[in-house]
Amino acid sequence: MRRENLTLLALLLPAGTFFAAFFLLPLARLFLVGGSGRDGFFAYALILTNKNYFTSLIATTLLALATTLVTLIVSGISGVFLERNRFPGKAALVAMLTLPLAFPGVVVGFMVIVLAGRQGLIGDISMALTGAKVVFAYSMAGLFMGYVYFSIPRTILTVMATAEKLDPRLEEAARSLGASPWRVLRDVVIPGLKPAFISCGAICFATAMGAFGTAFTLATRIDVLPMVIYTEFTLEANIAVAAALSFLLGIITWVVLAAARTAAGGTVAAAG
Amino acid sequence: MRKRGPLFFAELTFTLMVCAFLVVPVILSLLAGLTANYQVGINSGLTLRWVGEVWVGYRDTIFLSIGIALACLASTLVLGIPTAYVLARRRSALARAIEELLVMPVAVPGLATALALIISYGAVPGLRTSWVFILIGHVLFTLPFMVRSVLAVLLAIDLKTLEEGAASLGADFRQRFFQIVMPNCRSGVLAGSLMVVTLSVGEFNMTWLLHTPLTKTLPVGLADAYASLRLEIASAYTLVFFLMIVPLLLAIQELSRPRPTAFRSQEE
Repeated sequence: MRRENLTLLALLLPAGTFFAAFFLLPLARLFLVGGSGRDGFFAYALILTNKNYFTSLIATTLLALATTLVTLIVSGISGVFLERNRFPGKAALVAMLTLPLAFPGVVVGFMVIVLAGRQGLIGDISMALTGAKVVFAYSMAGLFMGYVYFSIPRTILTVMATAEKLDPRLEEAARSLGASPWRVLRDVVIPGLKPAFISCGAICFATAMGAFGTAFTLATRIDVLPMVIYTEFTLEANIAVAAALSFLLGIITWVVLAAARTAAGGTVAAAG
Repeated sequence: MRKRGPLFFAELTFTLMVCAFLVVPVILSLLAGLTANYQVGINSGLTLRWVGEVWVGYRDTIFLSIGIALACLASTLVLGIPTAYVLARRRSALARAIEELLVMPVAVPGLATALALIISYGAVPGLRTSWVFILIGHVLFTLPFMVRSVLAVLLAIDLKTLEEGAASLGADFRQRFFQIVMPNCRSGVLAGSLMVVTLSVGEFNMTWLLHTPLTKTLPVGLADAYASLRLEIASAYTLVFFLMIVPLLLAIQELSRPRPTAFRSQEE
């Protein structure tokens, strides 16, 4: 038994050493550097009182919330529909819906440019219809579109997997008891999908808070937290502030994901 | 089968629109990469000129990305499989805490991890300018996917009985690990490997801070192209990226598709 424990410990050692040396220690270092600036560890409190940083924190949070809400509604409708109905071409449709699953943020940003950029499809269509070119890729709206684009495939897959386990008889029972379609949706379907909504919602939120590639592709002028960190680090060489902001951002996304994991059970992790 | 009412067609239309939102830009960008002049349209003729320019200008980024992805795969196999095995053998609170810790690099934004790495190791001579610096970030980010994928398979089989049986027949630890554990977690290793390679090839959040002008990966090159080159070249470059990543994605979809049970296939 003792010997076995030693063997197991030895097996854990390589990954443990790597993880401690290249993640835990650097993260601790990041925290210390965040407090090494002119204001010491007050820097962490000053983030909340400095108007610029606080505004971008709020803007980023609102963007992440909007992304989460829209993604859950869209994927909820399509996911339940796809799970409940069989029709020709369904497999191909599901494959297409899940294809962008692992597109990196930069590529998602380019997809937004192709749709809503200066030479984009939406601009061409609006030009033909109204004579005015609609271009919104290089703004908060474009970023929002990119994050929804990024989040839909993963969420649809999870909603489909959860809807599969819902018992259709519950809905039939509710209907036969006279519940309106809206009541069935509110009291039976949505509560049944809650685990999927919590875990996917947390992933959408954390991704929209911390992702960097899409914003970087669209414009450096978008005032979201990851862009502020990047600007502070590279252009201003303000390493202490960059460290403090990114440590804070890391705490926010980690707490959101850990809370969702506790609430929904199972594993939740951000991507992107 | 239920009769299809207006709700069915409304929902179908909605889903088709969502699908168009996701797929139309992919198709447009593929076309743009093959069109002589995107502004004029497809009538200007199809050409491989832009793909050729990407090949000449950005070939190195493609090879570097493939190299890093393979090195990352090797590292996550060596580090991840033993870790998953230990976590499967000991389902204690400590094991769960370790699992939780390992997922942190995925939960914390890549930007923060990259900054932390630069602050801690950026001054080590030779490391900052080496592709190994990028590899470290990629291994941190992809290791949890390998561990969880293998762990899921190991938890689904009765590892303890299998190992005890082998041990009672005189197999030592090394024999058990390579002849009992490894063959049994093959499907998890395969799924994890595909995931690791796909994520490594596409990683940008960390890589953008960790790279140097001499160590540009494919997504870094893409960001460059998007920012400074004409739409056709950016599209051709994206096309090359799709050619690399779509087969991986299709393989992942194929693997993760649940096998239909006997009961279900009779029903259909």
